[in-house]
Amino acid sequence: MIQQLESDQGGMAKDLTKNRRVVMPSWTEHEEIKELQQSYSRNKVRTTKYTFLSFLPKNLFEQLHRFANVYFVFLGALNFVPIVNAFQPEISVIPIIFVMAITAVKDLWEDQRRRKSDQKINNCSCEVYDRKQKQYVERRWAEVCVGDLVRLCCNEIIPADMVLLHSSDSNGVCHIETANLDGETNLKQRQVVRDLPQQGPEFVPENYSSRIECENPNNDLRRFRGFMEHPGKVRVGLHSENLLLRSCTVRNTETVIGIVVYAGHETKAMQNNSGPRYKRSKLERRLNVDVLWCVVLLLVMCFIAAVLIPISLYVSIEIVKLGQIYFIQNDLDLYNPVLDTGVQCRALNITEDLGQIQHLFSDKTGTLTENRMLFRRCTVAGTEYPHKENAISLEQYEEQGCGDADHSLTLRSRASRKSLSCKSLSCNRSSVSLNTLTAESDTHSVHDTLRRHTPGAFSSTMECAVVPDPDLQVKLNALSSPMRSALRQEAAEISHILDFFIALTVCNTVVVSSPTQPRHMVQMPVVRTPLRSLEEMKAMFQKLSLPRFPLSLNQNTDTPPSLTKKLFTRGRSASYFPNSSPQTPITNLQSPTTPSGTPSNTPSTPVTPALSSGTWTEDMDDIQKAKDNSVRESDSESDDEDEEEELLYEAESPDEAALVQAAKAYGCTLLGRSPEQVLVAFPGTGPLSIPLLHVLPFSSARKRMSVVVRHPLSGEVVVYTKGADNVIMELAEAAEDGFSREIMEQTQKHLDQYAREGLRTLCVAKKVLEEQEYKAWLKRHEYAETSIENREELLLESAERLEKNLTLLGATGIVDRLQEEVPETIEALQEAGIKVWVLTGDKQETAINIAFACKLLRPTDHILMANCDSKEACEARFHELEHEITQVTKKGMKSEDGSFDCVLVIDGRTLDYALEKELQGSFLNLTCCCRSVICCRSTPLQKSQVVRLVRDKLKVMTLAIGDGANDVSMIQVADVGVGISGQEGMQAVMSSDFAISRFKFLRKLILVHGHWCYARLANMILYFFYKNVMYVNLLFWYQFFCGFSGHTMTNSWVLIFFNLLFTSIPPIIYGVLDKDVSGETLLDLPDLYKSGQKSQAYLPSTFWVNIVDAFYQSLVCFFIPYFAYAGSDIGVFSFGSPINSSALLIILLHQLVLCHVILFRVFCNTICPSDLVRAQKMERLSAQDYYMSLQQWKENKAAQRLSSRHIPQNLSVNADVPYLTDCNAEAGAVLS
Amino acid sequence: MKNEGEGSERPDNTAFTQQRLPAWQPILSAGIVIPGFLIIGLAFIGIGIGLFLTSQTIQVLEMDYTGVEKDSPCFRCTIQSSQNCTCDVTFSLSTLFTGPVFFYYGLSNYFQNFRKYGVSKDYYQLTGDTKYFKSPQDVCAPYAYDSKSNPIVPCGAIANSMFNDTFELYQIINGTKKQVPLDGKGISWWTDYNIKYRNPSPVNGSFANAFEGTVKPINWPKAAYELDLTDPYNNGFLNQDFLVWMRRSALPQFRKLYRRITEGDYSAGLPAGNYSLTVHYNYPVLSFDGRKKVVFSNVSWMGGKNDFLGIAYLVVGSLCVVMSVVMLIVYAKFKFSDDDA
Repeated sequence: MIQQLESDQGGMAKDLTKNRRVVMPSWTEHEEIKELQQSYSRNKVRTTKYTFLSFLPKNLFEQLHRFANVYFVFLGALNFVPIVNAFQPEISVIPIIFVMAITAVKDLWEDQRRRKSDQKINNCSCEVYDRKQKQYVERRWAEVCVGDLVRLCCNEIIPADMVLLHSSDSNGVCHIETANLDGETNLKQRQVVRDLPQQGPEFVPENYSSRIECENPNNDLRRFRGFMEHPGKVRVGLHSENLLLRSCTVRNTETVIGIVVYAGHETKAMQNNSGPRYKRSKLERRLNVDVLWCVVLLLVMCFIAAVLIPISLYVSIEIVKLGQIYFIQNDLDLYNPVLDTGVQCRALNITEDLGQIQHLFSDKTGTLTENRMLFRRCTVAGTEYPHKENAISLEQYEEQGCGDADHSLTLRSRASRKSLSCKSLSCNRSSVSLNTLTAESDTHSVHDTLRRHTPGAFSSTMECAVVPDPDLQVKLNALSSPMRSALRQEAAEISHILDFFIALTVCNTVVVSSPTQPRHMVQMPVVRTPLRSLEEMKAMFQKLSLPRFPLSLNQNTDTPPSLTKKLFTRGRSASYFPNSSPQTPITNLQSPTTPSGTPSNTPSTPVTPALSSGTWTEDMDDIQKAKDNSVRESDSESDDEDEEEELLYEAESPDEAALVQAAKAYGCTLLGRSPEQVLVAFPGTGPLSIPLLHVLPFSSARKRMSVVVRHPLSGEVVVYTKGADNVIMELAEAAEDGFSREIMEQTQKHLDQYAREGLRTLCVAKKVLEEQEYKAWLKRHEYAETSIENREELLLESAERLEKNLTLLGATGIVDRLQEEVPETIEALQEAGIKVWVLTGDKQETAINIAFACKLLRPTDHILMANCDSKEACEARFHELEHEITQVTKKGMKSEDGSFDCVLVIDGRTLDYALEKELQGSFLNLTCCCRSVICCRSTPLQKSQVVRLVRDKLKVMTLAIGDGANDVSMIQVADVGVGISGQEGMQAVMSSDFAISRFKFLRKLILVHGHWCYARLANMILYFFYKNVMYVNLLFWYQFFCGFSGHTMTNSWVLIFFNLLFTSIPPIIYGVLDKDVSGETLLDLPDLYKSGQKSQAYLPSTFWVNIVDAFYQSLVCFFIPYFAYAGSDIGVFSFGSPINSSALLIILLHQLVLCHVILFRVFCNTICPSDLVRAQKMERLSAQDYYMSLQQWKENKAAQRLSSRHIPQNLSVNADVPYLTDCNAEAGAVLS
Repeated sequence: MKNEGEGSERPDNTAFTQQRLPAWQPILSAGIVIPGFLIIGLAFIGIGIGLFLTSQTIQVLEMDYTGVEKDSPCFRCTIQSSQNCTCDVTFSLSTLFTGPVFFYYGLSNYFQNFRKYGVSKDYYQLTGDTKYFKSPQDVCAPYAYDSKSNPIVPCGAIANSMFNDTFELYQIINGTKKQVPLDGKGISWWTDYNIKYRNPSPVNGSFANAFEGTVKPINWPKAAYELDLTDPYNNGFLNQDFLVWMRRSALPQFRKLYRRITEGDYSAGLPAGNYSLTVHYNYPVLSFDGRKKVVFSNVSWMGGKNDFLGIAYLVVGSLCVVMSVVMLIVYAKFKFSDDDA
């Protein structure tokens, strides 16, 4: 019987190997599974490319992918064939061996670095349960294998993908930080597997014997499917919430225990890690073509087997690029002292592409703006609170921030610097952040940990405390003050205000932690401090006695007391006078379904009424103090701050933190959060616990989040929803009464106004649920939560069922300041002929406003809007717009003021249509005529589609810049991807080619370094071709005089070393250090960038002129000596040596002068100097003259632009004509 | 709390890393280029005139003695494979041919720089390494062994094809021939004679014994150790004529130094008068359509006679001057207002 069972299981195990994996504790006695388990990959990781044995063949194979290398190996081999050998065969292979050896050494060195980091990672230790010793023992990461039970402490890095079995948290929750994985710094919750047989406070590994079946390793970070089968054949589903991912960090949880399911290369982290990308630059692509040309040329003159193809070219290019990168990375101007980061060049071989950018695609939030959200103003119940003082303080802050090292920032930035630099380092390597790891291992002091484990990106100690609006403050105060007006309208408003603040405080996923216990959540106090006084209770009652439904309010004309009586929940009598019994509300509070754990105690000690006001003022003092503190913070650095001030908020999005901060400024403070309750303090109350029934987290599909709570005072089940304005306005119930309709209208008006100001808007709404209603919903929701299939859809549906018929409370306006020097940078880039597109997920008004703010849009610009609902409409609209452009152009011609640039603003939906095949053509056509394009409400996918469309169809060089995870695809698609190491983690940086810390650095990176890199490399490559053609032709001419026997007039060593030694260093130095124009001038005159855009330094014609020049020079170099020595008794080498040395001299001199055709250049410079030459000349002038001529230059250019505008041949005056024709042709092709 | 300098990632602020190294950037403006061209042009013209005039003073006398034409004195030597054919070439000088006079033999259409020809020698043999006397290197093939598989020393095509015409020069004074002494010393490169080529050490006191077991090159009339029996320092591989031949010429038409006329009555040069050159005609060239000639020449500071260099300098120099004038005109005509900075 047992045997049968075993064989049965064995068979099953075999079946499972195909598409599932089975995991049992590593000491399992089930042989077959044990065997199976041992076949799974171990936790040792190897990111190196080569092993000791595979290095030679693999590296050779890789190197031979280069066309030129194959060619040379072929030539070398040919020399061993006696009939054709030109030189001694041993000598002929020296160059290729030399070149390939250098590359191999470089590869080996890189690999060695990877090996070292691998070793470091593999040698990290963690605690693994050892059955023999019956305890946890230290093991190296490399030794961990599937099925091991691993115990981790707070702040430790997870060594492998594990299923969470135990957490020291009483709720079975564990927090992890995934910054190493995806760059997101917010904490994520993980749940212990449900229904584990032993759920005691201690986890006994011996007793654990369940079997886990899960899917085979894959790279989907957010998906994990499987089930756990307990000994009793009970199956429990496993989700990604149960999985701890390798290289994440355990936070806020003392200890966790998990069983390893994926190890080593099978972990999600490693599966996601594809090595560095290899991009080929435009220049290099052209280079390869020219190498082919050289081969053709060589075949034509194939009498000699010579060195026409510059063998050392590739090596030199690599060296030069490394040098260029060294200088880019070392540029002080691109260094950000606040974050202590400079530029990171992650792609080593596309530096020169920086000099040829034609289209720039920028994200808005976090790229153009700070992504440091600051609460600016709000509207509640239809009344706008302008927060004037807040605006002033924001401005002051801004000045301060831009000026000297902003004081309020220093503390944080200094601390966060460490973590940031750690991250930036770790993302260079593929795997785990070692730095964080090592940083942690050696520290135990709490204080150190404090410094190290700084709050996540959006955590607070707000840089700038919100200054409350006096009006709103007064109204909120009215809640707790005993004297209050009895106006109904006002009462309703005050009720809204309270709800508004409750929503701000509660409706979020902000995690509160205190700096003294970093990364450990503030624990809920076990004994709840009771409400402070009767008086407060009564004050609360007053609030609650307000109408829940405005409808009823309208009908009610009673005096406040009776109104209270009538409308108070469930009709219970409640008094508003100080002496009424406090008992009632408490019962109320605990009414029907208060969760058992909620400790809302009955206040037993009555307190005098006087106290309440006292408390309030005290609170106010606290706030004031807090504000002062936040300002003083940097100089004091003291730890003895107010306890309240010590709270740190960590939020998933910066908006949330800003809103919580704002509420705090009004005295509505979020004190703590646990899965079941939220601890808050309101003005006039002490800490108050609000039972948290459900959190419906934010999803980009719904664009909102909700919490379901039991109201602290009324005891009702209330849903608070916060989300994008358009969504909430749609869901908000247009109640039939005037009040709420007025609120909606007013709020909409205010929202529009906010958007015009460029504020980010969020709407807040609530909904009161009847008990039955709630229960009904709960039932279905629980079903959705527990279902395994279609879980996501069911949950979405469930959320949608709940989030309807909302009552609009108000809206907030959050300001996201522009980064410093953004307008200047954009202006410069546009002057440089780069088309700047902004792709943002924000709404249209906000986007346009930001565009105005950053000078992407000028007041004189003509804005073309495209918002369509259908494809047909879209097509029609495009035609209309094209027509419009023609009109505008005509008008512009007539008007004196020539600036009639068009800017296209397109929304996400229209963009979808525009990206469809049929409309691509006309869309591109349209964009060609516009100076700039703004795409709002666009998704990450759309962003990348747009970039790909422009890149492929217009055949232009594109650069995408962004900071968030939503920009990753765009960054990857673009020719050059730039990541901003900002607040939204490192994901963008990880996928980028260059990472900078501010948008403004783009200016120097592109205009100066890009220009230099391009000019240097292009000239160097041309020079390489020149020198080889020149030199080889000398040998070629000689063939006419040696019977075409392939004889050379020089020693073969001289020949070999010509490229490797005699002429190798100067071009490299040139390629790294040469400046055609100084950096300052390039910054002052963005015009100069255009030479790179048009590839002027390396046109096909330039290549051929260069070759012809080389022919000419070699002719002179050969035939002058030839005629001089003709008929004499000159020996072979005596004839060759002067030729050789004169050629060498000329080649080096050519480098010195570096002009392709001397006469041509001189003529050009004399008669019509190119811009670059004029700029060179300007640099010689004195400072004043320089300035003068700079001005003159700009005026000239402006005049030129104007004059060119007055002769528009077609409608695209501003767009470059080739582009237009290009895209017309493209459009035609697409349409046909 | 210093904010600056604290960052560990902060790049160094040095002239090198910040690309502020001092540099000189020449700009070729009209103010430099036009005078530059003029000066260079004038200098070239000066050099050209000097070279040209010098070249004119050099005397050269060339005589083709191949014997292609029927009336040429050496025609009979070309007809049959006549051994030891001699012919006399006569010429007269109207003025003194100033000395020192160099006596060359010249060959045309003769590719000493052909690749396979050029490599066909054994350096080891020529440095006196007797090991290689027995087994010459493969590059010598097909002149490494004779038909009886005896190793050839010196092997290879170059040695085998050594020029072996000899000349005697007589001045005819009143019908009698007076021999002009020819100086054959020091006509090869010093390095060839003293360093590059070495004779094998004599065996049993006899130089010839060192060559035992080897045969002479097929075309040679006598073995290497018999090249000059009168002077042991001009024998074997160190024979001056051999060394001159082994230094391959760069171009297919070349001449090689045969002798110098520096001695006796002729140290000042060849006086005016009639001369007779007796040629021992051994070297066949007609099979590859080659030509043979003798050349008498003297030299100046610029070497042998060469009009080309002077003309080239003159042409380039004049071009430069012309260009500078053209540029000046163009510059004056189209000069841009902001260009005179």
